[in-house]
Amino acid sequence: MTVAAAQPLVRRRPPAAVRRKRFLLAVANHSLLIVAAAMFLAPFIFIVLTSLMTNTQALSSHLWPSPFRWENFVDVFRQAPIWRWALNTMIYSVLATLGVLVSSIPVAYALSRIRWRGRNFAFGLVLIALMLPPVVSVVPLYVMWAKLHLVGGLAPLIIPNWFGDAFSIFLLRQFMLTIPEEYLDAARVDGCGELRILATVVLRLAKPAIAAVALFSFLYTFNDFFLPLLYTRENPDWWPLQIGLSEFRSLHQVQWNLTMAATLLVMAPVIVVFFLAQKAFVEGVTLTGVKG
Amino acid sequence: MTEAAATAAAPFTAERKRARRRAAWRRRRLVLLLMSPWLVGFSVFFGYPLVMSVYLSFTHYDLLSSPKWIGLANYKYLFRDDPQVGQAVKNTIWIIVVMVPLQVLFAFGVAMMLARAKRGGGFFRTVFYLPALAPPVAATLAFVYILNPATGPVNIILSHLGIEGPLWFQSPGWSKPSLVLLGLWGVGNVMIIFLAAVLDVPQHLYESAELDGAGPLQRMRWVTLPTISPVILFSVVIGVIAGMQYFTQAYVASNVASGQASQAGDQTVNNLGYPEGSTLFYPVFLYQHGFREFNMGYASALSVLLLVVAFSVTLFIIVNSRRWVHYAGAVK
Repeated sequence: MTVAAAQPLVRRRPPAAVRRKRFLLAVANHSLLIVAAAMFLAPFIFIVLTSLMTNTQALSSHLWPSPFRWENFVDVFRQAPIWRWALNTMIYSVLATLGVLVSSIPVAYALSRIRWRGRNFAFGLVLIALMLPPVVSVVPLYVMWAKLHLVGGLAPLIIPNWFGDAFSIFLLRQFMLTIPEEYLDAARVDGCGELRILATVVLRLAKPAIAAVALFSFLYTFNDFFLPLLYTRENPDWWPLQIGLSEFRSLHQVQWNLTMAATLLVMAPVIVVFFLAQKAFVEGVTLTGVKG
Repeated sequence: MTEAAATAAAPFTAERKRARRRAAWRRRRLVLLLMSPWLVGFSVFFGYPLVMSVYLSFTHYDLLSSPKWIGLANYKYLFRDDPQVGQAVKNTIWIIVVMVPLQVLFAFGVAMMLARAKRGGGFFRTVFYLPALAPPVAATLAFVYILNPATGPVNIILSHLGIEGPLWFQSPGWSKPSLVLLGLWGVGNVMIIFLAAVLDVPQHLYESAELDGAGPLQRMRWVTLPTISPVILFSVVIGVIAGMQYFTQAYVASNVASGQASQAGDQTVNNLGYPEGSTLFYPVFLYQHGFREFNMGYASALSVLLLVVAFSVTLFIIVNSRRWVHYAGAVK
């Protein structure tokens, strides 16, 4: 209540020596950052440069293309069925992501906002499924799909996603737990059933988590190599981009310039999606780490 | 309570009970409906394969004829006679022991620098995160080219500096370190998580530490590290689990590097683990047995072993973490 306490504290300017030390530290920090950033960018730069070289240049000790050979990007499409591979990837990505959302959201809701006996046990099972390496279950599942005559296509990759994905359930549940009970109670007072609450209130409030799950699922399927390798290796008609790219070099001998052009084309969609949805991305990644 | 009142109330409570039971039943049905996709998924894509793996591991099965029970023969071969499994296990342990700590250290270092950056933080964050997005196949292809011994940019630059570069993916001694470089390049996810954690450390903790006379290093040791220890635990667990499943990069690198060496891209040659088995990691080994040679029984035994080890290691880390992980507000 004294007058002195009411006065705002004035921050004193630190002495010159301290300021100089702080400045030098900031310079050192930034120089380190710049060097590290250059090293992180270098591979991208080499990929771009090589993708614009002629084949002989790519195999020489020159780092800068001269002349620039833009036709590489036309040749890539002529030499490999990139559109077919991209279509397969899209089929896999879209159907799998849709399945993950449709099947995981209700499960996450039941595990977070409805009270029932055995809920903690069920959530424990989700965590166990999340922890254990998928490689473990690969052999019997392959046998199962082989018996159903579905090996050689995308069905074994897509169908499991329509039955709940442990990681997505976990992420959605963690987010739904943070929704204040009052919102749900208000809807209940208005006479909404649980399903209606899920379809309206929860879906709207959990949008950031749903966006993150959709993004991760898209990324995962777009980048997935192991499962397509198992199930489509023998049947090039159903190769997604990643398998096509990995076989690209053996299809076309050692053409590093074209290989790098193809590599760039496969990286491009992910990077475009990243810049379009940067915020959802970073939020999603931190959601998995910090709130987990 | 009088007799008359009790008899009058009885039908009322009975009705109430029935209504409550009906509501509970409806609720249970709703939960069942919501949970059903996962219940089916868990049993078909998790429970069933788990049980089947154990069963198949006691059989000889080539997918053509039905499984033949051979008892412990697969396990005997696995633990006693298999000449390759030791190498696969050693390679996997190598990649986990080297890559996971390096990734955590590196991510932490970059996150600390980013947290301090006064300008351009957004730009730098994007640069460090971007490689994590690159599809593993594409990133691996790029690294095999960049680290190409004769004409790759890295060795060209090294030779300008008067250093003779190593053979990278072409030499058994350098192939795993090359994969580690690739892994460090893609460290963005871990880095973002660390950055968020470092920025989340309450400022007043630093201030009170400073008042107590703690220098920058002491502040990092006694304030930053304990506060972000749950995140360190998380990334170590995730890293170890990922290390045990390390496949795509190893597969693509050995495939491409060996094709480059023979200049023929001959697919009939078994090039897994090239060069000289130095990239033959456990999952690659499992893949080779299960899906190249169709020894489903033996591959199942391998996957059961992996399951047991993965489970024990995860449990071990989590149990031991109580000693060094500090949860804010938690009673130890």
